[in-house]
Amino acid sequence: MTEQSLAIEMRRITKKFPGVVANDQVDLEVRKGEIHALVGENGAGKSTLMNILYGLIKPDTGQIVIDGKPVVMQGPRDAIRHGIGMVHQHFMLIPVFTVGENVVLGREPGTAGDLYDHARAREAITALTKRYGLSLDPDARVGDLPVGLQQRVEIVKVLYRGANILILDEPTGVLTPQEAMELFGVLRDLVSTGKTIIFISHKLKEVLEISDRITVMRRGKVVGHLKTSDTSEAEIARLMVGRDVLLRVDKKPAQPGPVALRVENLTAVSDRGISALHGISFELHQGEILGIAGVEGNGQSELVEVLAGTRRPTGGRVLLGDREVGQLGAAAIRSAGVSHIPEDRRGAGLVLNYSVADNLILGRQRTPLFSWDGIILRLKAILDWARRLIKEFDIRTPSSTTPARTLSGGNQQKIIVAREMASQPRVLLAAQPTRGVDIGAIEFIHRRLVAQRDEGAAVLLVSAELDEIRSLSDRIAVMYEGRIVSIEKADTPEERLGLLMTGGGAGERLKAG
Amino acid sequence: MSFFTDIFRLMGTPDLWHASLQYAALLLLPALGGVISERSGVVNIAMEGMMLTGAFFAVAVDLAAHNVWIAVLGAMLAGGLMALIHAVVSIRYRADQIVSGVAINIFAAGITVFLVNRIYGLSDVGQVPSSDALPNWHVPILGDIPFLGRVFFQQNIMVYVALILLVAIQIFLFRTRLGLRVRSVGEHPQAADTAGINVYTLRYGAVVTSGLLSGLAGAFLSIGIANTFVPGMTDGRGYIALAAMIFGKWTPIGAFVATLIFGFGQAIYDANSSIHVSQYLLSMTPYILTLVVLTAVVRRSSPPAADGIPYVPGAE
Repeated sequence: MTEQSLAIEMRRITKKFPGVVANDQVDLEVRKGEIHALVGENGAGKSTLMNILYGLIKPDTGQIVIDGKPVVMQGPRDAIRHGIGMVHQHFMLIPVFTVGENVVLGREPGTAGDLYDHARAREAITALTKRYGLSLDPDARVGDLPVGLQQRVEIVKVLYRGANILILDEPTGVLTPQEAMELFGVLRDLVSTGKTIIFISHKLKEVLEISDRITVMRRGKVVGHLKTSDTSEAEIARLMVGRDVLLRVDKKPAQPGPVALRVENLTAVSDRGISALHGISFELHQGEILGIAGVEGNGQSELVEVLAGTRRPTGGRVLLGDREVGQLGAAAIRSAGVSHIPEDRRGAGLVLNYSVADNLILGRQRTPLFSWDGIILRLKAILDWARRLIKEFDIRTPSSTTPARTLSGGNQQKIIVAREMASQPRVLLAAQPTRGVDIGAIEFIHRRLVAQRDEGAAVLLVSAELDEIRSLSDRIAVMYEGRIVSIEKADTPEERLGLLMTGGGAGERLKAG
Repeated sequence: MSFFTDIFRLMGTPDLWHASLQYAALLLLPALGGVISERSGVVNIAMEGMMLTGAFFAVAVDLAAHNVWIAVLGAMLAGGLMALIHAVVSIRYRADQIVSGVAINIFAAGITVFLVNRIYGLSDVGQVPSSDALPNWHVPILGDIPFLGRVFFQQNIMVYVALILLVAIQIFLFRTRLGLRVRSVGEHPQAADTAGINVYTLRYGAVVTSGLLSGLAGAFLSIGIANTFVPGMTDGRGYIALAAMIFGKWTPIGAFVATLIFGFGQAIYDANSSIHVSQYLLSMTPYILTLVVLTAVVRRSSPPAADGIPYVPGAE
């Protein structure tokens, strides 16, 4: 064999679930010492394939070969024995345990009498972290650590179990750009010591940056094996979606009109009673998209909730035009022309057991359009309206009376987007509008947001995805610890935004001011 | 005024403290069981029923076999069996654990009355002769210390057993590998499963252990203190143990502190003949203490993260 030898070979893997073929004759080859990216949209079968490799799911047919030897996985224990480790997207960590306890769990060093050997656990972890250049305090409580370090605990956990092949499932989804860069550094170091890495992602930029080779999946099938150096974002996206995808948002320069929303010195507390907004001020113009960038949990959610009327501010003013609306409830703010795409789609955006049609009029059921005197619903008008929106917003649903619960995440999100945009709002609050949504639907929602702007709406876009913020916004406000630390131009480099998002760059600002 | 002077006079006697510790131990056993069960992630409100079943079988076996240790074993097995029902229903069939617990408590009340009628007819179960009862142990030398000797070293054998179990379980949960695993299963079963830990085995073990301990407490009550069985004789002690577990933040030592408070309340009631207050008012003491303690403490006490949530492998 002239090629590098293979660490993993999965041959003709098929797995059927009721009503769907999750993996259809899938082949995957991962070479030793490479970073292999597995990409595809939600539901393409990536997770199923990896769960099969990790022994969590048994395939119907197919074969797994590790280091040239065919193996049968009865469970994660077998996978661990064969040197496979998985860093799950939702961390498998116990917040109240220490780093050390989390790492050694299931393989604890013990003394006579089965006592847990604290000292030896600490030694083992320190040895590992030194060897791979990962700094971690074994005695810290995991729940007290930032997400980036928690992920590091997961990686150390996998290394402690002797893994040579690491599967990372959407590892950057929860990280700040800086943390993601650090992670990539760690991954490169790991590969240089001979480890093999499978990197699952749908963020094409990252895939191009970190991987050596790429396997693309669509609807349960492998649709491409690519060498990273020979491919492009556009090619991967086309394979993933099955058609050409517009990755860059096509938009004209903004033509900002008068101020639509003015926020002055706004303060609010979080659900836990802690001060979440410390004097937020900004202006939002008609015909512009103002992006709010920030690591999640820095007050963005509270800001949107206050503006939408679902959380009362503790101080400051919100002016819609000339009208003070800060103390009004959600219904009054809505009827004043503010639409809201909430970040919690299933909890706050939809009534999952209601039909698509009913969800499409939620919040407007009392208007003369949909009811007589706000009491009796005009069912026919509602269904007509629903049919129109389903068509216009390309909501894939068997019928307008189907419960929203049964739709995919992307289509659920389209229901909300359709409802909120169809009322032709003066101000549109869009919180994480494309979270967990496929590339195709992302493209659609992005186009719609720009269209709203062009029709004169004032759009406030909150997103944890820096790419999304940068490609859609006309101005970018960066939030950190409940404050807007800076308002930047749309073409601000990612590095600078990342720095501001993590509280850096403050000194620079002082000098500049 | 005389109420407080009575209480103060009582507090000067070793007997009040002796009784407090005895009742504390009686509550501690099921509370320890609850701690283990809930630390593994299975809510257990069925200590009451398991204790009652244990109390009945202790007497029944004792009267038949005339051997107190076989009686204790029978009581533990009976409690363990009740717990196994709870375990199967809530772990394997993933039923609501509160409902299962309530069902077991009601079932225990019914089955014990049924068995009393069936075996002993309508008459009393009868007295366990003191030769077949759980003995007191007067610790040599230490038991002769004035005041403290009476309080700590002239107790029923079960009091010493409970205190040893207290230390053992505290060490088990927080210092051993197996204890770490039990807690991991109660906090985040998915994490434990992916680390190669068998979630179900540990949960079954923990729930059945809680039944063994509750059964043991039942034996202490029926053949250590009352020397007979009366239907419903546990009188809510399983629930008080539950409160003690919560008050103690799901730790053995914390639960012990709580049972001391409740035990004190019970001892005060027992001494009602020398207190100038209606005995009916005094009989409420343990329960009022429970309510006060729970409202004051419970809000700041958080259970294991996966307590009460059935584990479904592979589900997020």
